[in-house]
Amino acid sequence: MSEFAIETRGLVKVFGDNRAVDGVDLRIAPGRVFGLLGPNGAGKTTTIRMLATLLRPDGGTATVLGHDVVAEADQVRSRVSMTGQYASVDEDLTGTENLVMLARLLGFDKGAARARAAELLDAFGLTEAADRQIKNYSGGMRRRIDIAASIVVAPDLIFLDEPTTGLDPRSRNQVWNVVRALVADGTTVLLTTQYLDEADQLADRIAVIDHGKVIAEGTSSELKASVGAGALRVRVADSEQSGTAERLLVDALGGEVNRESDGVTISARTDDPKRVPALLTELEREGVDITEFSLGQPSLDEVFLALTGHPAEAEEEKRDEEREPEVAR
Amino acid sequence: MSTAAAAEPAVDETPGVLDDDKLKVAIGKRERPARPGAVAASLTFGWRAMLKIKHVPEQLFDVTMFPIMFTLLFTYLFGGALEGSPTQYIQVLAPGILVQTVVFITMYAGMGLNNDIKKGVFDRFRSLPIWRPAPMVGLLLGDAVRFVLASLVVLVLSLIIGFRPDGGVLGVVAGIALTIVFAFSISWIWTLLGLVMRTPEAVLNTSMTVLFPLIFASNIFVDPDTMPGWLESVVNLNPITHLTSAVRGLMGTGAETSDLIWVFASAAVLIAIFAPLTMRRYSRL
Repeated sequence: MSEFAIETRGLVKVFGDNRAVDGVDLRIAPGRVFGLLGPNGAGKTTTIRMLATLLRPDGGTATVLGHDVVAEADQVRSRVSMTGQYASVDEDLTGTENLVMLARLLGFDKGAARARAAELLDAFGLTEAADRQIKNYSGGMRRRIDIAASIVVAPDLIFLDEPTTGLDPRSRNQVWNVVRALVADGTTVLLTTQYLDEADQLADRIAVIDHGKVIAEGTSSELKASVGAGALRVRVADSEQSGTAERLLVDALGGEVNRESDGVTISARTDDPKRVPALLTELEREGVDITEFSLGQPSLDEVFLALTGHPAEAEEEKRDEEREPEVAR
Repeated sequence: MSTAAAAEPAVDETPGVLDDDKLKVAIGKRERPARPGAVAASLTFGWRAMLKIKHVPEQLFDVTMFPIMFTLLFTYLFGGALEGSPTQYIQVLAPGILVQTVVFITMYAGMGLNNDIKKGVFDRFRSLPIWRPAPMVGLLLGDAVRFVLASLVVLVLSLIIGFRPDGGVLGVVAGIALTIVFAFSISWIWTLLGLVMRTPEAVLNTSMTVLFPLIFASNIFVDPDTMPGWLESVVNLNPITHLTSAVRGLMGTGAETSDLIWVFASAAVLIAIFAPLTMRRYSRL
């Protein structure tokens, strides 16, 4: 029995000539939240579909809770749940009907199935919508019923595929609360997200995935530290002064300097925060008007950029991501 | 720096409060009852099919309105020309229209399946520890209800406009039963298409392309003796022709054994080929 909740070696999935997942190695500790971070089409969904036994790997091995996902798919299925753009609920049925159906399929008798459905709807704040068809639910309600459907029998491990894509901030917070409650109860959570702050907020460890490969892995602080100790951001009042500011930043910090698309924000990485006060003096002396000056850890956006060489924006839509109903951005 | 700014925030209409304590209790329930057997799981999916009919009654249009339309149209349009009078024609046409109606609505099986896959519902089912074919069997159970309903619509209407089957109640029931057996076997072609093709529309178009010639190049509407020789030979090889003859026989004065053998043999062949292909494709989706 592996000490890891999930362990994969060289996992591969090929669609035609697209190597959607191209040799992924993961080791995921039990009882934690593990984030799989990457842009659209990076291979996140394909990876967790293989782990949830919905897709057969073309190469490599994967064990989930000690069971091989191919040879012992049934044992895996009886201990995990999947929620996401794919594993969904029936839009034509009501909230209650969906949950009762799933409870019946899991072996509850009629009465117990009804009771469990009512309990879950209540806990997820969906009692009022219990008898409405799912297609009339809002995005946030939809995501909650999806998750409720996954914990009719609370699983030991839950896959959440982009649980908050397209949600407003309040609904997103509610989903985050559910995730935290799951982990507090001992459930292992593997979530995929294209949102860096979501991974930052929820995940104990993060794997950054791009073009089907894991390109970095660690805690969010480790990932940030790998990029540089600190990130300095300077915003000038007048874009005509950004040239001067850029020059001063290079002089003071010696490294590479980035001017962002707004034309007035300049950022740079620094390994030595002690040089920063002198820079501030220099800027003052040259008469550069500063509206923002901050020193902090790099954001995961910057980490992503540093790791992949491209920003964390959606790449071209891939076949296996195209069914997402409401992609934000 | 948040990249999480949603383009179109979906606003909840209900204030839906998440109660952390209730959530904790609900999440804490891990006892798993004994898993249901194959029959129980299939029946649950059958129940789902019934619920869908309840919520989307429009989908019954094709099993009610179309048979009514076809029966009336063909009877009164062609009856006089083909058999001398509509009343005479309906004696021949009724069993044929029954076959046509039921066989036509089999193609919705593939469409429904494809829709489920597209919407993600099937992945939920596939990730459950249940008897694997259960969702498919449940769909077919739902279809059985539609088949029976459509058969009753055709039968009642035909009786009203003058169909008088010599075979009596027993013969009529046997005829309907035989039609449904054949319908189930042909359904497997569409379930396979439903799994393989990309959109429900593609599934529908493909099944139409197969079904139209199959149904019209048969003896349902016209006696094959009146056709050119080459077409007559084709029609006589068509399993739909033998099904129609068998149903006419059962509802009339008795079916030819050769027709029954044809029907059962073609049903067996269809199932032997397409059921395993469907299940194989299903488990490897």
